[in-house]
Amino acid sequence: MSGSELKITAHAIIRNGKILRNSETIFESSDTGSDFLREAYEEGLKIDYPKFYKMDALGKSGIIATEVLLQDFDFGKYKPEEAGIVLSNKNSSIEADVNYFETARSFPSPALFVYTLPNIVIGEISIRYKFKGENAFFVSDQFDADWLHFYVSDLIHHQKIKACICGWVESVDENFDTCLFLVEKEQKENAVNFTAENLKEIYGLKV
Amino acid sequence: MNKDELMLQLKEQIIKQLKLEGKTPADIGDHDPLFVEGLGLDSIDALELIVLLQQEYNIKLNNAEQGQEVFRSVSTMAEFILEKQTQYV
Repeated sequence: MSGSELKITAHAIIRNGKILRNSETIFESSDTGSDFLREAYEEGLKIDYPKFYKMDALGKSGIIATEVLLQDFDFGKYKPEEAGIVLSNKNSSIEADVNYFETARSFPSPALFVYTLPNIVIGEISIRYKFKGENAFFVSDQFDADWLHFYVSDLIHHQKIKACICGWVESVDENFDTCLFLVEKEQKENAVNFTAENLKEIYGLKV
Repeated sequence: MNKDELMLQLKEQIIKQLKLEGKTPADIGDHDPLFVEGLGLDSIDALELIVLLQQEYNIKLNNAEQGQEVFRSVSTMAEFILEKQTQYV
């Protein structure tokens, strides 16, 4: 199966104080940073998941984007091990690293320590949404659509996953740049081909 | 500080330390289990409670088994703290 037979069946973007689902703005706020995520969680999306408050900004951003991404998702369609997650960013878990380092001067915080790896956001998504297939987190200078396309296509072709959340999840100085894609084999209304060009085009949307 | 005052203080500290947003001290019963049922805390929260004891009350737990007993509820935490404070007087 080539990547072009796969479809991007949904996408979600968090950037510049806005949350978009399939290119449409579904939430907007003048709040910034963690206040923005909190407002989106409580008032915009009305998510009920108390563990959210304990997460670092990367985790919160990933959870909110996934919640938006999977709004119409049929959770009975795939077994947990048939759904994978492949994410990437530039700055790894730098915010959590710095926050943990600050506490380490007196009493190191276990709750902050557990977020000092970028792939923890994958774990948070996996736990909440039962995407328990293959997963990976890559660190690269910029959004690498070609690599993402190659890797996810290969996973679906070889590793028996049938769906994958993939994309970019970044949090630096409380600025968020998150763009997630849902990739599936099945055709859906408004789905586009899973190609590197389409990944670039969606990621590059002006928000 | 008597036990009731200490339990109220503990509840406020637990809410802050464990980031239990939306919870107030009134939501936490004195004898409610802190883990699994009740507040639903997890193993990372247990570590944070150990830090809380050390940071706020200068008390170190000696072993994991002791933690299971001490962290059963706010009431057992308060009794443990009062007992330790009495020992040092």
